Amino acid sequence: MRAPSTADIAAGDVLLSAEGISLAFGGVKALSNVSFDIRKGEIRAIIGPNGAGKTSMLNVINGFYQPDAGTITFKRETRTRMRTHEAAEFGIARTFQNVALFKGMTTLDNLMAGRTLRMRRGVFWQALWFGPALKEAIEHRRRVEEIIDFLEIQHIRKIPVGKLPYGLQKRVDLGRALATEPELLLLDEPMAGMNLEEKEDMSRFIIDIHDQFGTTVALIEHDMGVVMDLSGRVVVLDYGKKIADGTPAEVQRNQAVIDAYLGISH
Amino acid sequence: MLGVFIETLIGGLLTGVLYSLVALGFVLIFKASGVFNFAQGAMVLFAALSVARLSEHMPLIVAVALSVVIMIALAYAIERLVLRPLVNQDAIILFMATLGITYFLDGFGQTVWGSDIYKIDLGLPKNPIFLFEGIFPGGILIDPEALIAAAACGLLVLVLAIFFQVTRIGRALRAVADDHQAAQSVGIPLNYIWLIVWSVAGIVALVAGMAWGSKLGVQFSIALVALKALPVLILGGLTSIPGAIVGGLIIGAGEKLAEVMLAPILIRLFDLAGGGIENWFAYVLALVFLLVRPQGLFGERIIERV
Amino acid sequence: MFYREAGQFKTNYAKDMAIFPIAQDRWFVIGVIVFAFVGVPQFASNYFYTEILIPVMILSLAAIGLNILTGYCGQLSLGTGGFMAVGAYAAYNLALRVPETNFLVVLVFSGLMATLVGIIFGLPSLRIKGFYLAVATLASQFFLEWTFARVKWFTNYSHSGSVAVGDVELFGIALGNPERKYLFILAVVVVLALVAKNLVRGRIGRMWMAIRDMDIAAEILGIRPLYAKLSAFAVSSFFIGVAGALWGFFRLGGWEPLAFDINRSFQVLFMVIIGGLGSILGSFLGAAFIVITPLFLNQLPGILGIPMSTALISHIEFMVFGAMIVFFLIVEPHGLARLWAIAKEKLRLWPYPY
Repeated sequence: MRAPSTADIAAGDVLLSAEGISLAFGGVKALSNVSFDIRKGEIRAIIGPNGAGKTSMLNVINGFYQPDAGTITFKRETRTRMRTHEAAEFGIARTFQNVALFKGMTTLDNLMAGRTLRMRRGVFWQALWFGPALKEAIEHRRRVEEIIDFLEIQHIRKIPVGKLPYGLQKRVDLGRALATEPELLLLDEPMAGMNLEEKEDMSRFIIDIHDQFGTTVALIEHDMGVVMDLSGRVVVLDYGKKIADGTPAEVQRNQAVIDAYLGISH
Repeated sequence: MLGVFIETLIGGLLTGVLYSLVALGFVLIFKASGVFNFAQGAMVLFAALSVARLSEHMPLIVAVALSVVIMIALAYAIERLVLRPLVNQDAIILFMATLGITYFLDGFGQTVWGSDIYKIDLGLPKNPIFLFEGIFPGGILIDPEALIAAAACGLLVLVLAIFFQVTRIGRALRAVADDHQAAQSVGIPLNYIWLIVWSVAGIVALVAGMAWGSKLGVQFSIALVALKALPVLILGGLTSIPGAIVGGLIIGAGEKLAEVMLAPILIRLFDLAGGGIENWFAYVLALVFLLVRPQGLFGERIIERV
Repeated sequence: MFYREAGQFKTNYAKDMAIFPIAQDRWFVIGVIVFAFVGVPQFASNYFYTEILIPVMILSLAAIGLNILTGYCGQLSLGTGGFMAVGAYAAYNLALRVPETNFLVVLVFSGLMATLVGIIFGLPSLRIKGFYLAVATLASQFFLEWTFARVKWFTNYSHSGSVAVGDVELFGIALGNPERKYLFILAVVVVLALVAKNLVRGRIGRMWMAIRDMDIAAEILGIRPLYAKLSAFAVSSFFIGVAGALWGFFRLGGWEPLAFDINRSFQVLFMVIIGGLGSILGSFLGAAFIVITPLFLNQLPGILGIPMSTALISHIEFMVFGAMIVFFLIVEPHGLARLWAIAKEKLRLWPYPY
């Protein structure tokens, strides 16, 4: 599967655009005709009350759910259906609310697993170990170590991730997503369950990812302070519909948004 | 030709009833605790062995009563010693644990009760019944023991169905099967419930053991019947009592028919050294079902959510 | 005090990723291998070869194969016996019909045939998981068993269904006596174990473990379940097929259909569980345990001075295996291999308790 190239998408251009996405489970409408875009190089927040459909939207973007209607255009290629591993090949990475790490593997192995798509040497060379496969492994190990340094997780390299505390697991989850060198990074409530100090660390990492690597970030977040500080634009969902789209300041003043959060039916 | 077909069909159905009995035990435990008890086969063997051996020294009724007590104790021991410590593990781990229990019970049973083939004399008529002698030459052969086993199974199912639907304990069992934590939060005592479930499964094992033991003589290969029950469960659905019945009937009839009707054709076509299709027919059928309709005929759809 | 890493700095990633990064481990294993090749033949008796070393080596290979599929990739399989049969019959038929074939080619052929069958019977794993997959593998086990027993061509129209093979000749050397058989098998097993170790610590091994731990998350990284699962079946079946060929040719010089039945499948599965799921070392430890325990139990009447029938001993064997399975699953799911690793950890601290 040939992935579309980004050569012609400049910073500020639309990287991903969702048009008319609708998704229903049985009788429940998770998403109704949602449209918004994400520009290259920005940090985009997706917010809304519980059950608004935010995670479902992320699931559609990275191929877990196939929308009943609507299209996703990524790097100028429009699709109505996308398999999860195709999304990975296109350069979309993702973290989860409930950390989805490989509990039986070490931190290092989890991160190296993220390099899978970029490793080329076949089974024969891997069986031999020495030679081209080892050279490739060393090169990818070097990249992964950069991420380990960046996230300050050197001390837990060889520890099975099942043994790590929650906050560190979330960091490893982020590291694994970064290891795929994504164009678009989807973060599903990266701050969930963290204390103040951990939140500040995570915020710093997200900002650094954006500044240093130029990764486009879309995140779901409940903490308004975080949203205001980090994001450039915000899209607000409620009951599966988009109710606002703009800068944090604009969205904060939007009456429909305030109503949604206060639970006033409309 | 038609006569042979009908005779094979009935024979297969009656064997199928016996499969259903074993499968029932699985379904009960799985419904209530989510544990897939591969040891059901060994429990059947153990129950049959105790009835057979005890009845050598005492009247059958007493032997059966004593065996019921033994099975309940066994069920409790399994739950307490093996399953409770493993309560949070993957299904695969639990399955492998019950595999271990099977081996243990097999050795233990034969150590305690001996390993010859023992007879269970239920006082049932052994002479075959011939039906429809006017219509088909020689009549259609029916095994009265199998017939009675079928009747016993039917009765058991009726009793269980009523038990689950109507009684308070039955409702509690269904609640536990649905959601352990929710059931606990409304005050249902989990361990007591599991004890009941396992005891019922033990009694079902006893009935199955007596039926198989009376038919075949009590021997080790009964434990392998447990393996045959797996395709029954796949066909019927792991959580369905009617499924266990229907699945057993289909497998029993299917493999007998395949052996009697299909095997000769295959032997001629491929120059085979004999039949034996019934060794794999059930499993291949289960495989087809798994690919086409994994939840079985009556089971619940399994949805995977992120 | 002796088992310390002090002063051993890994100066590059290659050294860090080595099989035995700690020097003491490396020397120990090299020592064991050298001893196995050179030392053992000095004192081993024929009994030791035929009843202990050869079966343990061959079954270790099968256990490595099953471990790759079940321990590393999480696909439970009860079809090991059937795949061993494929390897055995493939080897037999090639050696019978093209007698000049080099035996190494025969072995590779048997592995490849098993690989082919493994991939076909592995296809259901794309739609079925867990215990359901185990039932599907039962279909392969019973069907393969039946095929080799009934399709006369495989046994070369033998009346009894059994086959017998002569001594193997390799590059002009007859592998007739137990010592030579042992050395050949040892060489094959060491090479293949190394290959297995390289695969599981590399890219494909990580793919397998990712599918095992959380296949949904694996897909997000671009790992295709199709490729991961089928490659696990393929590699696993290759190992098991070669083990089957070795078993047929070197264990008894012949076999009957029962040699590869469902009990064999359970036996190898038990080796993997007791030895440690997801561990190459564990495969060896488990095989040794399963092979040696019955032999030890046979000595029990002599040791205890109580007469016991062979039937009783076989029952005790079953009880011991069953109990050990349950014990390991409850107490140490990572089996003997983990106990070994814990022992080494204690050794690092020795003589301090913690």
